[in-house]
Amino acid sequence: MPKDTGIGAATVRREDVRFLTGTGEYTDDIQLAKQTYAVFARSTVAHGTIKSIDTSAAEAMPGVLAVFTGEDFVEVGGNPAGWLINSRDGEPMKEPKRPVLAHGKVRHVGDAYAAVIAETAQQARDAVEAIEADIEELDAIVDMNAALSGSNFVHDEIGTNQCFDWGWIEDNREATDNAIKNAHHVTTLELVNNRLVPNAMEPRASIGSYKASTGEYTLHTTSQNPHLTRLLISAFVLGIPENMLTVIAPDVGGGFGSKIYHYGEEALVLAAAKKIGRPVKWTADRTESFLTDAHGRDHVTKIELALDKDGKFLAFRTDTKANVGAYLSNFSTATPTFLHGTLMAGNYTVPLVYVNVKAVFTNTAPVDAYRGAGRPEATYSIERVIDKAARELGMDPIELRRKNFVKPDQYPFASAAGLEYDAGNYDALMDKMEEVADVAGFEARRKESEAKGLLRGFGVNAYIEACGIAPSNLVGVLGSRVGLYDAATVRVNATGNLSVMVGAHSHGQGHETAFPQVVAEMLGIDPGVIDIVHGDTSKIPFGMGTYGSRSLAVCGSAVVRATEKIINKAKKIAGHMLEASEHDITLADGVFSVSGTDKSVTFGEVALKAYIPHEYPLEDIEPGLEETAFYDPANFTYPSGAYACEVEVDPETGKVTVDRMTAVDDFGNVINPMIVTGQVHGGLAQGIGQALVENTTYDENGQLLSASYMDYTMPRADDMPMFAVDHSQGTPCTHNPLGVKGCGEAGAIGSPPTVVNAVIDALQSGGKDVKHIDMPVSPARVWEAMQ
Amino acid sequence: MTKVTMTVNGKSVSGDVEGRTLLASFLREDQGLTGTHIGCDTSQCGACVVHVDGVAVKSCTMLAAEADGASVDTIEGQANADGSLNVIQQAFQDHHGLQCGFCTPGMVMSAAALLKDNPKPTEQEVREYLEGNICRCTGYHNIVKAIMAASGQDVTAIAAE
Amino acid sequence: MYNFDVEKPGTIAEAATAMRVEDAQALGGGQTLIPTLKQRLAGPSKLVSLKGVAEMQGISKDGNTLRIGGATIHAAVAAEGSYSALAALAAHIGDPAVRNRGTIGGSLANNDPAACYPAAALASGATIVTNTREIAADDYFQGMFDTALDEGEIITAVSFPIPQAANYQKFVQPASRFALVGVFVAKYTDGVRVAVTGASNEGVFRWTEAETALSANFSATALDGLSVSPDNMITDLHGSATYRAHLVKVMTGRAVTAAS
Repeated sequence: MPKDTGIGAATVRREDVRFLTGTGEYTDDIQLAKQTYAVFARSTVAHGTIKSIDTSAAEAMPGVLAVFTGEDFVEVGGNPAGWLINSRDGEPMKEPKRPVLAHGKVRHVGDAYAAVIAETAQQARDAVEAIEADIEELDAIVDMNAALSGSNFVHDEIGTNQCFDWGWIEDNREATDNAIKNAHHVTTLELVNNRLVPNAMEPRASIGSYKASTGEYTLHTTSQNPHLTRLLISAFVLGIPENMLTVIAPDVGGGFGSKIYHYGEEALVLAAAKKIGRPVKWTADRTESFLTDAHGRDHVTKIELALDKDGKFLAFRTDTKANVGAYLSNFSTATPTFLHGTLMAGNYTVPLVYVNVKAVFTNTAPVDAYRGAGRPEATYSIERVIDKAARELGMDPIELRRKNFVKPDQYPFASAAGLEYDAGNYDALMDKMEEVADVAGFEARRKESEAKGLLRGFGVNAYIEACGIAPSNLVGVLGSRVGLYDAATVRVNATGNLSVMVGAHSHGQGHETAFPQVVAEMLGIDPGVIDIVHGDTSKIPFGMGTYGSRSLAVCGSAVVRATEKIINKAKKIAGHMLEASEHDITLADGVFSVSGTDKSVTFGEVALKAYIPHEYPLEDIEPGLEETAFYDPANFTYPSGAYACEVEVDPETGKVTVDRMTAVDDFGNVINPMIVTGQVHGGLAQGIGQALVENTTYDENGQLLSASYMDYTMPRADDMPMFAVDHSQGTPCTHNPLGVKGCGEAGAIGSPPTVVNAVIDALQSGGKDVKHIDMPVSPARVWEAMQ
Repeated sequence: MTKVTMTVNGKSVSGDVEGRTLLASFLREDQGLTGTHIGCDTSQCGACVVHVDGVAVKSCTMLAAEADGASVDTIEGQANADGSLNVIQQAFQDHHGLQCGFCTPGMVMSAAALLKDNPKPTEQEVREYLEGNICRCTGYHNIVKAIMAASGQDVTAIAAE
Repeated sequence: MYNFDVEKPGTIAEAATAMRVEDAQALGGGQTLIPTLKQRLAGPSKLVSLKGVAEMQGISKDGNTLRIGGATIHAAVAAEGSYSALAALAAHIGDPAVRNRGTIGGSLANNDPAACYPAAALASGATIVTNTREIAADDYFQGMFDTALDEGEIITAVSFPIPQAANYQKFVQPASRFALVGVFVAKYTDGVRVAVTGASNEGVFRWTEAETALSANFSATALDGLSVSPDNMITDLHGSATYRAHLVKVMTGRAVTAAS
């Protein structure tokens, strides 16, 4: 029986009311007194030497207050990479400086080399056009193979376009090579994991302000993690003391990874606000977003799978080139390595894995974590090559997977790629998928499609991912330069209502509803009296924010720990009030009782006592009822799933239509099933988008051809089916207090190979010997593959 | 600058605008009605949909000067007179038809326009009608479901939660 | 956007006068023009809004001819039942909000190589009526974004002879939702006309071989022996010239079948 409140209830979201009435407050909605506007001068060439920039005409334009160029930021720091990767030979990765504004060279179309601050945005834009920049165009480096072989460098000072050459697990390299050499069968697949543009619907925006009387800066910005942004600006870029900088991420219109990172525009509006003594706002237009938001994916991979005669997996070996673009975005080096290579054993007992990743600089927008971040790339490679192997061996693709699954009695399971999976049941997920997707009815549906002249295909996928990032000690060893704990403060106010200050940021995930469900359940009180505060570094404890499907698993655990502290202290107070030992006090339904008696006090009475401590044991218990907890996870959480997709392919045009999409996920315990289902839906749409339509395209000169919604295909309502989503097969996470696993990225991880497997199945059913089509599997590509 | 006067959510408003001032900018910046959002530059995303003289338009692709004398309805004027959510808004909340909320005002305004013309749309009709409203969060499933529910149709057969 | 003045004439005569200012530009629904201005790809001194010109509004039927005012929005055409293939085409331009602003005159004046209306006008042998003259569709379309319109000339109406049978098949470019290839087939007593949009570097064009074959036998099988040359077809990130040429034939066949 579903609950109607607390943990497990499909509580509707309280935050919806402001969004549905137009009263949300996004960064661009904010107008500060005496606000001015920044517009950036951006490179129209992918690669060029800045010979000179003459800003004098721009400075004389109406309304112009200041003009900045890269020269103005030579003395300050740069935007750093957050994760050090060492190459196979032990050499640290190459880390070219990423300045606030380009200096010396421009390195991708959209690279900002100057900024104008003016009274109005139109005046600033007029003045940008008056900047005379002499930029000598250089040959653009776009293709990764050419980048690695040529002598034309994105960053001349490092003398190579290779950022690193990483091996995982290096000690397994030789054994993996031997296993592949000696195997009964080896299936090989070369594939592209296509570059994607995250496309949060709210474009990035920032407002910098500065109070001369106190020296305090405030940055309103579209961020998934205001404390991380503050840390980067303070410690690396501008050197503003952290206690003099407040970062506020108000309502944020989606992120999907692209708003994790610190961007130069944020530093610029702060520096400009100080210089002119007025707030400075910048809002991206959509094309600016396409050109400068961190992109996702962009791997070129060769994967080999070795099998024995029974279909048991012996080894996976991959060789990947990962495009990092023109500069290292903050987590760009972690994404293709530790968020990718460590998942390369999948759900399988395969004994050997070896992953080689070469990261390559090119004259394109920086590439970083985008929903899934490395795990979609791993899953796609694994699950596509397994499908190909099944076809080559004449085996059922579901049976081949089942034969190699980690079994329920094997947990904790040490994967061949170095992770310890704590819990799961992949066969149960597959069973459930077969039921929900009505696999038994597929052949009948195929006949119906054939009668309409369409080819129907069935695709399956099993995935595992590692999220809830991350154990700080582990990631520290692996090169992370930050800790990945989170924090929460639970403040019980005197009148019994609660403010819960959290490090996670909610920009669609429903924290304002889900976190109170947890606290309310623990305290036995009405969730309506609990308010979540997030997004403002001056109000919340130092938390690392929202990404990597971590909010509930990490920050939610901090909320639990802080609430436990509240309960412990409240029991002491209640014990005093009831003249009993705190050890005899129990809490149920918001009432503290002395076991075995009818003596009790309500939660509200205890709260009031804490703040009006009359007749209070001040020598033993402090007044007040407020507790903070930092939580650092012991391990990743490991959601897993079994997905199925059925497509129809029009053999005349190549058009693929997704007819049925089924996602059966193991997220452990579920706090709010409505929100979890919604997260899966969104991930599925992004995964289907990647598989079928999303088409980031640079030409050989480094021009982004898909720089607006006229050419970059966003999935629309009529591209999507209704989804069948199930999470009944949860195996609780063993190491966090709620037993929860991250659900935010699963849909985007599990769906792309499912869709492509289905397309290949459809084409094969139509007698077309098509073994692979790279994503996006556009009508043109399908049709060409059939010819 | 020219003076424009229009009725916005039932109230007469006026302001001085340049020729190039978009209706969306007039609403957001001059009237402080920031519920109407701007998510693209090419008239594709639909975050800016409002009603002008009763029909849905993209307010980022219409000049404020063109709306002179018109009656404009925005998301801020959609709730019931007592401030409670209207049927469409309530259905979006009940069926989790929004996540980050940025596309939501445009979705609600488009849904209202659809249901005015077609009080009982099929799933396919809803999907086709939303061709000009992009959502990156929801995968559309719950938006479609919410609109069908708002039309009074039984949506219990559409996947749970 | 660069700034400009906005003028809102009430009659065709006033509009024509307003257009005499240097760098004045007509504003229909603005659904293409305003995004273009946002990119600062044009800098008109004045936009002459045609929305308020009453004589350019509305649809009337005279015998077998449908006359559509130049400032008539797509949604109005979509709701008009006398030429169902044209109504269906209009019902799939852009999206509902775009169809409430965009106008037939604006679309034909812009002549985007992937727009839908040019295919209907050319396949129907429509007449483009301007403030100064009438232009046959066969003379009107002169290549990508190029028309027979003179500087300052305004499309006041378009007259479509209503065919015996017709259909438009649009294979969408998935991002913009314009036509990757769109084919309008119209069957008249004196023969069949086939117009193709989205495919050619020259903009909308007539596929005369198909017209001949279909005039003899109005059936998709009549196309069997024909092929479309990919020469001069558009190649872009959504599809090659070869693919577009292939789609022209597929869409033509489907249009014939649907019209039959």
